[in-house]
Amino acid sequence: MIIMKNLKWLIGFGILAASLLFIMLYPIPSLLSWQSGFLAHCFFVLMLCFVMCFFRVMAGPTPADRAVAIDTLGILIVGFCAILSIPTGRDWYLDIAIAWALQSFIGALALAKYLEGRGFDE
Amino acid sequence: MKSKIVLFIIGFLVWALLTWPLDLQHLIAGLIVAAFIAFITGDLFSQRPHHFGHITRYLWFSYYVPVFLWECLKANIDVAMRVLNPKLPINPGIVKVKTTLKSDTGLTFLANSITLTPGTLCVDIDAEKGILYIHWIDVKTQDIDKATELIVSNFEKILKKIFE
Amino acid sequence: MNSIQQITGMVFIIVGLGFDIFGCIGLLRLPDVYNRLQATTKCVTLGTCSILLGAFILKGVSTTGIKAILVAIFLLLTSPVAAHALARGAHKSGVKLWPKSVVDKYEQDGN
Repeated sequence: MIIMKNLKWLIGFGILAASLLFIMLYPIPSLLSWQSGFLAHCFFVLMLCFVMCFFRVMAGPTPADRAVAIDTLGILIVGFCAILSIPTGRDWYLDIAIAWALQSFIGALALAKYLEGRGFDE
Repeated sequence: MKSKIVLFIIGFLVWALLTWPLDLQHLIAGLIVAAFIAFITGDLFSQRPHHFGHITRYLWFSYYVPVFLWECLKANIDVAMRVLNPKLPINPGIVKVKTTLKSDTGLTFLANSITLTPGTLCVDIDAEKGILYIHWIDVKTQDIDKATELIVSNFEKILKKIFE
Repeated sequence: MNSIQQITGMVFIIVGLGFDIFGCIGLLRLPDVYNRLQATTKCVTLGTCSILLGAFILKGVSTTGIKAILVAIFLLLTSPVAAHALARGAHKSGVKLWPKSVVDKYEQDGN
């Protein structure tokens, strides 16, 4: 009875756990594995987050939902750049992260102004 | 004039941290750029620049940072538990709270700390009446005074010492 | 010493990835815009800051480490402002709260 009640939750949790296990156990022939094999798996965990955000971008019932998902996507990409800079040892990945955080913030403000339905010069 | 000097120091510090291994060429370029920026936009930076000279404000700020980080961590665990629970235990609503802070910087920091603490999100500020509208994920009370006691008062006492 | 540094950094990165996943599950599961905004702006911001702190611990005081700390401070300052602006814009554009919500003082005050 309890299982029938929570069936939707169980299916979702099962799919998520299965994909996480698949990501963590699948042997990735990565270019980065000469320094750290573990970090190469971390990229694909973030890819899973990207897929969830893209689902919300496509399915969001109102424009505000899509704006929230795009803002989240911008913050996740900053984390992606940070992970990428550790095994390769190239510090300009973090320059990309700074620029991306700035433009994501300004983009979120512009989307909010657009949702508010007024001009930009107030 | 004081405001320009403060902005020059902050800008030069950020430049020095961005080009970390300290180097004469980078420092000279940073000096020129920071002086130019401070000369152009210095007067917009701070209304009351003499506040930057008070040492007690820095001490209160260093007390504020760990409190803020601890609340932030609690907020994350709270949201994670709510999201993973199969029954989805939420009870949302928008409530009203009062504040006695007046300065713009203080109100901004208050709204930021409210947004990053457990279960609350600042929706709008009415600066003249001193009223904040807050989206609360688990509404415990709808009364203004009790909500103020629960949400704002913890941070307001510290922020008043820093920014007023 | 070196291995302790490695393990601490890896633990910070794993905790950050976990919070990122929880925030994205919240983006999918919660019912309306304001609740989704709560979940993402808390979990994703602190998760990304934790990843950046892990990068700082792994790299030490070097170019990469100090830039990571600067990005973390920048994110902690700007992400709540963006969330606040998006919530205000959504309310002004006429997005209703979840039907089971308790109270909406903002709409009662005529905004």
